[in-house]
Amino acid sequence: MHSRRGDLTDPEFPQTSVDEDRYADGINEKEGAFGYMIRLENLSKIYRMGDNRVVALNNISLSINKGEFVAIMGPSGSGKSTLMNIIGCLDVATEGKYYLDGRDITSYNQNQLAEVRNKKFGFVFQGFNLLPKLTALENVELPLIYAGVGAKKRREEAIRVLKMMGLGERIHHRPSELSGGQQQRVAIARALVNHPSVILADEPTGNLDSKSGMEIMEIFEELHSRGNTIILITHDINVARYARRLITIRDGQIVSDEEVEMQ
Amino acid sequence: MKFTQAIKMAFSSILSNKMRSFLTMLGVIIGVTAVITLIALGQGSTQRVSSQIESLGTNLITINITGGRNRGVSEEDLERIKSMPGVSEIAPVLSGGVTVKAGNKNTNSSLEATTPGYQQVRNRHVQLGRFLLQNDLDMRFRVAVVGVDVADELFGRRDIVGEKISINGVEFSIVGILEEKGSSIAGSDDNKVIIPLTTGQRLLRNTEVRTFYVSTQSPDVVNQVVGEIQRFLTRKFNDENSFRVFNQTQLLSTINEATATLTMMLGGIAGISLLVGGIGIMNIMLVSVTERTREIGIRKAIGAKRRDILIQFLIESAVLSGLGGVLGIMLGFVGVSFLSRILNIPAAISADVVLLATGFSVAVGVIFGLYPASKAANLNPIDALRYE
Repeated sequence: MHSRRGDLTDPEFPQTSVDEDRYADGINEKEGAFGYMIRLENLSKIYRMGDNRVVALNNISLSINKGEFVAIMGPSGSGKSTLMNIIGCLDVATEGKYYLDGRDITSYNQNQLAEVRNKKFGFVFQGFNLLPKLTALENVELPLIYAGVGAKKRREEAIRVLKMMGLGERIHHRPSELSGGQQQRVAIARALVNHPSVILADEPTGNLDSKSGMEIMEIFEELHSRGNTIILITHDINVARYARRLITIRDGQIVSDEEVEMQ
Repeated sequence: MKFTQAIKMAFSSILSNKMRSFLTMLGVIIGVTAVITLIALGQGSTQRVSSQIESLGTNLITINITGGRNRGVSEEDLERIKSMPGVSEIAPVLSGGVTVKAGNKNTNSSLEATTPGYQQVRNRHVQLGRFLLQNDLDMRFRVAVVGVDVADELFGRRDIVGEKISINGVEFSIVGILEEKGSSIAGSDDNKVIIPLTTGQRLLRNTEVRTFYVSTQSPDVVNQVVGEIQRFLTRKFNDENSFRVFNQTQLLSTINEATATLTMMLGGIAGISLLVGGIGIMNIMLVSVTERTREIGIRKAIGAKRRDILIQFLIESAVLSGLGGVLGIMLGFVGVSFLSRILNIPAAISADVVLLATGFSVAVGVIFGLYPASKAANLNPIDALRYE
């Protein structure tokens, strides 16, 4: 058994972690038409550059359930990053509707979107995007600061999640003192610490060697098995295979949406 | 996000770039130091001038009879004035320049021939010997009370009670030495010889008293007494332009106004340097926002609201300039004590100047931080995240 997985299956993990219920809730339940966690209807994103219209997303409809592990694949420029940005409320669609937990968030303002990002999503980026001057612990505490959690609780939560990621010894290290794989695990800890509904990972293994990349993917697999909803953006089919559902996107349109056969 | 957390964040950001933070603060430090030092020195010299004037007595009224011949005031007039309500003492003065000699040394001095009341009216007391007595006037004794300058000049020492001097060739014996007063705006008050009025009338060959001082029982009745005296003298001379009545309160308020204007001007000039310091802060904050675009993007992605970013940068610039203000105040204290010693001006930093400087420097930080902070807060999270 791999050491990272050893950390995740640490006996402490199930008790301290996160209300199990919240993550495990309705994993296998098929919900009604409006019961989906994420539901996009005829979504389009059009950029205007001078007189040119660039259609980044063209009339996309998509539903994702609680507990799914979805990979979105496509070549660069296919619109997959735009799609992730819109799902993650970093960007807004030009047309169409976006329902999150049954609520239409198409018309949310910047502040409401910030709150949605804070409460509902955990981001994992290709370049880790940790704040270089903060320690691992402080980085993981950030989402809780913006959620208004008190200092003591914040620290406890952050340490718990970092331990879960096998970084208990390194909580006071700065990102520059950590390896790529460790940095990405800090980033995953930061994404998890606020108990998000969805983890959005954009090429999480893109900057890592294959061994660290595998470790990270195993973490995602473990998180999925614990009931977390994960959306993974990648152009690497080997990474995409970890997911259970594979959506391929090209020129701003979904070209296939299929289940991944278990390896 | 909580406020204390925001302040912690601001401090760690300022400390992570110490040299730059210090240089940015320097503008505010210099500005605040300048404001505090100049205002303290200005207020110090105002206070000194005021206290000099006050030491002459705020309840002092000076009357000069002008124009015409044979128009002095008589002893009866002075008695009448002395009996007016509110008047506590009166002192007629006959003055002139004289040459004072002792042995083979001589000096030019100002002579005042007066009555014992002078001591109280003009607030001049003796440090050695005694002042004039009524008996000296009645008997026309040739006695003199001298200022310390005269003593130093003629004898080189101050314990000269009993020594003889000659004033314009007439011999006088010294009965008292005046307390040292220092020089005022009107020249040295210590180069002075005081003799009995009656003796002086003979010496100066002049019996016409054209100057007299009145002291009131309290500063509050000065205006009332001035009115009485004016009415009395107008009736006596049948001409309201033949005399002048001054009081110290008028002089004091005129001088105070002038020095206060000067102080404000100095403070204003120093305030401009504070403004320049504020522009320096804005400049660095703008650079900082650009440098930290990616950080802002990350913070926004994990849930920082527009307000959170705005407050973060505002607090950072307010702390930066507030800290500069505190350092400037400390430097100001050093500068004031140094300059007041060198320039010999008694300067005290008043609490309201310190509060004003602190408040002003924090306000400078907030005002000049507003634009950079709102620029940061309005960044689009995706663009900010892509920024390299």
